[in-house]
Amino acid sequence: MDNAIVATHPHTHETAIAAEHEHVVLPQHRHHFETQEQQREAATFGMWLFLLTEIMFFGGLFFAYLLYRNWYHDAFVVSSNQLSIPLGAANTAILITSGFFMALGVWAAEVKKQGLLVLFLVLTTVFGVAFLGIKAVEYHEKWEKHHIPGASFDVSQFTNPQAYGLHEKPLAPDMAQKTQIFFFLYFAMTGMHAFHMVLGIGLLFWLTWRARRGEFSAGYVAPIENFGLYWHFVDIVWLFLFPLLYLINRHPGS
Amino acid sequence: MSEFHDPSNVINPEHADHHIITPVTYAIVFGTLLVFTGITVGAAYVDLGILNPIVALAIASFKAVVVILFFMHVKYQSHLIKLTVAAGFFTFLVLITMTMSDYISRAWGLW
Repeated sequence: MDNAIVATHPHTHETAIAAEHEHVVLPQHRHHFETQEQQREAATFGMWLFLLTEIMFFGGLFFAYLLYRNWYHDAFVVSSNQLSIPLGAANTAILITSGFFMALGVWAAEVKKQGLLVLFLVLTTVFGVAFLGIKAVEYHEKWEKHHIPGASFDVSQFTNPQAYGLHEKPLAPDMAQKTQIFFFLYFAMTGMHAFHMVLGIGLLFWLTWRARRGEFSAGYVAPIENFGLYWHFVDIVWLFLFPLLYLINRHPGS
Repeated sequence: MSEFHDPSNVINPEHADHHIITPVTYAIVFGTLLVFTGITVGAAYVDLGILNPIVALAIASFKAVVVILFFMHVKYQSHLIKLTVAAGFFTFLVLITMTMSDYISRAWGLW
């Protein structure tokens, strides 16, 4: 039985003294795992499987964007130019900063520095909330311009751009209606991304509370590490949303 | 380890050492991500024709890979985790390619 794992320390169950027999169950080494490393890898593996389903989920939205951008290119160009690059770029930097503090938080948990871990988790939360704040400002502007798809959607900026000081070619009325598809995808994709961030911030409050009790600064890092994977994944989604929605349509010729 | 009789080395087949990434590495990654964000914003204002979306997506992919390798520790993980991550992205690319070739070939020459 060379492929079996057998503990070779003496089998003391029958003769055990109660004190010797007592199990010390650490959260980082539960009894159904052979070693801490094995438990850790299992947790990472499981987290990545979840993230793969998330890739497929967001992937569907990205594919819809890819297809409709090719079908209604002119409508996508003018409606994309409605988005603010400075706000989008600032939000990208804010989200990267949030991810940076999350990564530092994992480090702080690894080296068992409880105070630093709490600090980094709070900073991660602060930058996450700042991102959502800027997103709210952007959404509000779309609300005021009647650029939210539906019964109140207003195409006049796209059929008559000169009247609004825009230098784009006016769209025919049928193509102008297709800008609704851009804004639908814009709200669906950034909204789903923002929803993930809201969930993440909720989890951050919970993790910060637990970190303050010292739960993650005595060798049990998995919850921090796996939440970090989630938070970085949400960052990556935005790293693609930003160029696709804000950047690549600035030159109508392309 | 020594307390286990594990001749075929099931528990830790790669003799993986748990690797803690230092804040210095994270800071370098952070700087890289900010610099490339600046580059991609700058590139958006330059007319590169068909290359605009290609450059933007190439930079985004590069940033994503950096995040995955370092912030998400995949560079220091076991082969199982690396293969899992790679398989996920590969499957995603297959799905995109197959769906896109369906849509493109249905209106061949009309786009």
